[in-house]
Amino acid sequence: MGFWTGLGFTLLISAFLILPVLVSVLPGITANQFEGLSSGLTTRWLREVWANYGGTVLLSLQIALSTLVITLLVGVPAAYVLARHAGVTARLVEEALVMPVAVPGIATALGLILAYGAVGDLRASWLFILVGHVVFCLPFMVRAVLAVLLSMDLKGLEEAARACGASWPQRFLGVILPNIAGGMLAGSLMVVTLSLGEFNMTLLLHTPFTRTLPVGLADAYTALRTEMASAYTLIFFVLIVPLLSAMQWAAGRADRVGAVR
Amino acid sequence: MSVAIKLRGCGKTWPGGTVALHPLDLDIAAGETLVLLGPSGCGKTTLLRLIAGLELPDAGGQVLFDGEDVTRLPIERRNVGMVFQSYALFPNMDVAGNIGYGLRVRGIPRAEVARRVDEMLEMTRLTEFARRRVDALSGGQRQRVALARAIAPRPRVLLLDEPLSALDARLREELRQEIDALLRSLGITAIYVTHDQAEAMALSDRICAMERGRIAQIGTGRDLYHRPANDFVAGFVGDTNRLGEELVRPEQLALHPSAEGEWTVQRATFLGPFVRVKLRDAAGRELMVDMPDLATPAPGARVEVRRRGPA
Ligand SMILES: Nc1ncnc2c1ncn2[C@@H]1O[C@H](COP(=O)(O)OP(=O)(O)O)[C@@H](O)[C@H]1O
Ligand SMILES: [Mg+2]
Repeated sequence: MGFWTGLGFTLLISAFLILPVLVSVLPGITANQFEGLSSGLTTRWLREVWANYGGTVLLSLQIALSTLVITLLVGVPAAYVLARHAGVTARLVEEALVMPVAVPGIATALGLILAYGAVGDLRASWLFILVGHVVFCLPFMVRAVLAVLLSMDLKGLEEAARACGASWPQRFLGVILPNIAGGMLAGSLMVVTLSLGEFNMTLLLHTPFTRTLPVGLADAYTALRTEMASAYTLIFFVLIVPLLSAMQWAAGRADRVGAVR
Repeated sequence: MSVAIKLRGCGKTWPGGTVALHPLDLDIAAGETLVLLGPSGCGKTTLLRLIAGLELPDAGGQVLFDGEDVTRLPIERRNVGMVFQSYALFPNMDVAGNIGYGLRVRGIPRAEVARRVDEMLEMTRLTEFARRRVDALSGGQRQRVALARAIAPRPRVLLLDEPLSALDARLREELRQEIDALLRSLGITAIYVTHDQAEAMALSDRICAMERGRIAQIGTGRDLYHRPANDFVAGFVGDTNRLGEELVRPEQLALHPSAEGEWTVQRATFLGPFVRVKLRDAAGRELMVDMPDLATPAPGARVEVRRRGPA
């Protein structure tokens, strides 16, 4: 296959994939969706979405960032402990970590509701959704950091730092953290992206007062307000596309660093 | 600053039941360079790690630095410097960062750290690489960074685990001389692990030859070479011939062509500095003789063998 044929083919496929995105976003900035672009561009729908659903965007960001902080605080030490222990238990835990990913979100959500739904005011609080997102996202953080820890000479580096006189906090902050920063970055982008887009589990966990962006988006679509849903989708893209690009960039960078070693 | 080290009853049994070291005593004088020599798996690294504080000896074992019991003191509080076989340089720091690490974690002021790092860079001829990433260094340069990092905080003891084994022969020889000069100038107590007898001979004040978790013999290179305690030591530090009860080195013998000689030349192998001649007699006994490449006898020739003058 010639270069030009190949290029044409690739562009065609890209167009095929991008078309639905454009179609779903365009009405959101078009004055009259039935007349098309000739009716002019407008920010009216975006402003209306913000007035009606602004809270869901903020809540989604709040949940995503909280999930990130918790998965970092729990996931990094957990990955470190798993990397340090060669035993069967550590490998079993590592395997068990994929479980929340394999189990459907709806099942996890039902489990959470049955187990904690009656605990105090938790059910009505955004913290309930946060718990679900942490359960769902934690394995991704642990795996990303663990992969880096296992690819480096962890034991050797720690012993070398100890031989230099470094206490545990000194070597963790000065040697281990800087060397796993790439894994933490990759894990963080993954967690934020997953949390922002999570729908299955959140649909069951939310209440009318704790709606996240994807849940609100579904609501807008079912309300048959296409232009609103479109504008809403655009807001979602603006949040998620930079994250996805950053994720690609971080993965490429990690590959290059890995190749040098 | 250097210390005398005593080990008392230090054994090491791994959880799986492998006995890496049988309980042993060892005395190392202050400022001495002791080489632990032995084949792979004989327990050299384990012994070094006990002295370092990276492993605990089995119950009853004691490690003493200048009489002070440091058995339970972890490595980070023993003030020892260590060069690892894999170097284990910190990839997140440049050359100067690696060398200064031990000083920074001790809370030494920045100006003093910088001064000391410069001194180390110069001593190990790394000045022009100060800002280089460690993964952009050659093997020899990495080795020198590891050495500089270990000695920068002026440790009481320097421990080196096969520091040259990852390098090619030529570089190994060069760095061996550098390390030798460095150890002499620092006057530090040093323990150097190797499986290479030439390296051991060249660097050591004394050699501790190890065999399957035990000390086979401790002495100078000459002691081990000329008065080996057993066949294992004799064979490990050089090739030997057995003449009756006696062990004789191939270079201690000389050949004389003679039609009535009891030995027949089997093979003469040119090895550069000398020729190794393999002989056999009517009874099938074999003998190795090293001689200069001057009048090498041809295979099949009859020769007499005599001892050279006093060794
Ligand atoms: N961490 C460990 N766990 C179990 N066995 C070990 C461990 N380290 C070393 N060994 C065993 O102890 C013995 C001595 O090993 P080592 O001290 O590394 O020998 P050397 O450095 O002389 O090659 C070997 O049989 C080795 O397999
Ligand atoms: Mg070893």
